[in-house]
Amino acid sequence: MPDLFLLNISASSIFDAASPEAASIRQLTFEFIIAASAVLLLVVILTSYITVKYRSKHRHEDPKQITGNRALEIWMVSVPLALVILFLFRSLATMNAILPDRGNHTPDIIITGHQWFWEASYPGTTVTTANEIHLPTGKRILMLLNAADVIHDWWVPALGPKMDMIPGMNNYLWLTINQPGIYDGACSEFCGQQHAWMRIRVIAQLQPDYERWLSEQTTNTHIPQDTMAKAGAILFLESTCSSCHRLKGTAAAGITGPDLTHFGSRQTMLTGMMANDSGNVARWLSDPQAVKPGAHMPRFIFAKDSIRALTAYLEQLK
Amino acid sequence: MSDINFIPEPEEPIPSLSVSNNQGILQWISSVDHKQIGIMYLWLSVLFLVIAGIEILLVRLQLAIPNNHFLAPEVYNQLFTMHGTTMIFFVAMPAIFGFTTYLVPLMIGANDMAFPRLNAFSFWTTFFGGSLLYFSFLAGGAPDAGWFNYAPLNEYNYSSSPGIDYYCSGLLFAGIGTLTASVNFIVTILHYRVLPMSLKQLPLFVWMILINSFLVLAAFPSLNAALAMLLLDRQLHAHFFSAAGGGSAILWQHLFWLFGHPEVYIVILPIFGIFSEVFPVFSRKPIFGYGMVVGSGVAIALLAFGVWIHHMFATGLGNTVNSFFAASSLLIGIPTGVKIFNWLATMHGGAIRFSVSMLFAIAFLIEFTIGGLSGISFAIVPIDWQLTDTYYVVAHLHFVFIGGTLFGLLSGLFYWFPKMSGRLPDPRLSKWFFWLFVAGFNITFLVQHALGAMGMPRRVYTYPDLPGWGILNLISTIGAFLMAGSVGLLVFILVRAIKKGAVASPDAWDANTLEWTTSSPPGLKNFDRVIPVKSTRPFRDYKRPEDADWNRPEGARKHEGKYIPQNNPHGK
Repeated sequence: MPDLFLLNISASSIFDAASPEAASIRQLTFEFIIAASAVLLLVVILTSYITVKYRSKHRHEDPKQITGNRALEIWMVSVPLALVILFLFRSLATMNAILPDRGNHTPDIIITGHQWFWEASYPGTTVTTANEIHLPTGKRILMLLNAADVIHDWWVPALGPKMDMIPGMNNYLWLTINQPGIYDGACSEFCGQQHAWMRIRVIAQLQPDYERWLSEQTTNTHIPQDTMAKAGAILFLESTCSSCHRLKGTAAAGITGPDLTHFGSRQTMLTGMMANDSGNVARWLSDPQAVKPGAHMPRFIFAKDSIRALTAYLEQLK
Repeated sequence: MSDINFIPEPEEPIPSLSVSNNQGILQWISSVDHKQIGIMYLWLSVLFLVIAGIEILLVRLQLAIPNNHFLAPEVYNQLFTMHGTTMIFFVAMPAIFGFTTYLVPLMIGANDMAFPRLNAFSFWTTFFGGSLLYFSFLAGGAPDAGWFNYAPLNEYNYSSSPGIDYYCSGLLFAGIGTLTASVNFIVTILHYRVLPMSLKQLPLFVWMILINSFLVLAAFPSLNAALAMLLLDRQLHAHFFSAAGGGSAILWQHLFWLFGHPEVYIVILPIFGIFSEVFPVFSRKPIFGYGMVVGSGVAIALLAFGVWIHHMFATGLGNTVNSFFAASSLLIGIPTGVKIFNWLATMHGGAIRFSVSMLFAIAFLIEFTIGGLSGISFAIVPIDWQLTDTYYVVAHLHFVFIGGTLFGLLSGLFYWFPKMSGRLPDPRLSKWFFWLFVAGFNITFLVQHALGAMGMPRRVYTYPDLPGWGILNLISTIGAFLMAGSVGLLVFILVRAIKKGAVASPDAWDANTLEWTTSSPPGLKNFDRVIPVKSTRPFRDYKRPEDADWNRPEGARKHEGKYIPQNNPHGK
């Protein structure tokens, strides 16, 4: 059964470059592939030719005993040396273009890796969100990457280089996204039990759309109208949910779990594991360890109608 | 010396491959004979190969289809961690040390290692280390943070089962065994060569072991220190690697890769040595560029300590650091790469015999070139930024570890098996094994290059159903089972050959070096007398005196007379 929520992804391979950073790496990769193929072809041809031509026909006659050839040995070293020097200079130029010194730029976005979700906050605003990371297109942005527990790694192949997120260290990446779209990626450093379900979803938007989204996100938590969701809101605050999750504008101010202020506006849940719908939310609330073993959400033994109320509440937090 | 003999000595002078002899298993356990210890290393390696193979088959089953629930994530993580750790430390290393322990004394005309008891100690410490590592399964969980076990995931807070404590102590024991074995190899090679053999006449396998042993001495202390520090962190609440306590997560990576990258060369240099024996014998020509093969081995060993950051290009160390290590990593590709052309030139103009050993050597030339070239892409920093920690790395490292190390070990196995057992493996079945294994290997790993470029990270216990991911993973799983089947066939071939294989002559391949001058298998005392050594191919000189290397104008002759034996400096 294909996961329907995956179908609208724009790109996910290193060859679908959607940023100048990724495009310059793709260019270098093509050059490397050409050079490497030439070397491999040479070795394959030589190996086949020599093994066929010089297969033994006369068992007891030794061929001429050649122990070396100085001129050939010099060629064997100098040709690869030349190739290697060429690629060294190409890669230094690309490195410096992709990741120049950040000077005194302030980052446009701070992304923190957690076991197992991404926290994204936007300096200069009050916005903090999780997992689905909205970024503007056509603008060169500086990302600050760090980690809250173990080492994680930011990697969206279509957008260019990966970068480790290391507790106690701040790492930076420059990024310019060409086109609006959804770009898929994943945590690329083994980070424990649920490393597999630490997918990244970058939602790139045109500047005006992005700004509209950002201003929507600055609003406080939606106050529910119907009775079911109202009951859910009370449950959320009275159970221990609020000690790990934040709902802006309410008493829920936990920071260990993902921010849920606008949870209902996200397409996926559990860091890209499944579509965000009421069935999945209810399943998750009734037994988190069965859905995502190892996740740091304990099992609360909620009654069936409590789960219905919480689900209704969370799903309308647009 | 008293006449009382506490150690049961074999009465029949054949420490052969089979366990059954007049003293039974006790003779093996108490043995200090280098041949028996070498064979025990090899059997240890086969045992762990089967275990680590079963582990990875379970992993591949889990990955065969997207969103699979065959294995729980915590089980999956233990299995891939144990697979990697076992393959490196308890398959590749013991196999190499097995060949080394068995062959080095024979190839230099000695009757045993310099320190026979230390030799036994090295083996049993390694054996104990491996057993300790596997005891973790019974003690509450195997290590689960990957074979390179990054901090702080390896700390108690994130991995509270005792697995990683067993990882530390098991590898510490094995590491001690490795170090003592290397000391033993160095002293044996430098001091116990048959009298006229100069360093310039050392067989290339022995040369590579000499270089390699120094590499071990310099690299393993870094690992052992890191393991001890981690044990302190976990058991006594030190905080070398925890950022929260003022430690550094990245320090583990520096210490580990300062060992880890030389380790990659530690498991490939002896293989270069094996191929440098196999190519000349089966081409009936001397090695092309003996000096260059030795020199590039030394160059690799020195450069190996200056490239470890290429495992860490994505950790944000900055462009200055990355540029330096990009240069050194590109540079180390050259001495590694030119050896391919040395071997090609050795075959050129020769009379090539397609024994199974030679088939693996020829296949190696192409497979290892693929692995080497994909390795170069990690020295090109921007490409590394895309592809590190993906399935592309998994493909790369298996092309060097299997296409390089394992092909070399198999080539060496088919080459020296007649010497070790006195028997010949069935040639038809052996060729079947070769083709099945090579096919399975390529089916398994070629597609993983594509998976990496398509965005699949390594070490994920499952993956979403993205276009192409399912089918490529399924192909890989099918290939893995084909490989496993062929390894089953190999075990069958070997057991059958030991039991009722055709009897091999002492010089089964018309070879060049001293180990072939003694009986197959050699008696307890290797040599009664050693033939004169005047070139790198003493046995060929002996068999073809009219065409001896030392007697040829352009060959080794120009060196004659310059050599002063180090244990007889006045030439008396």
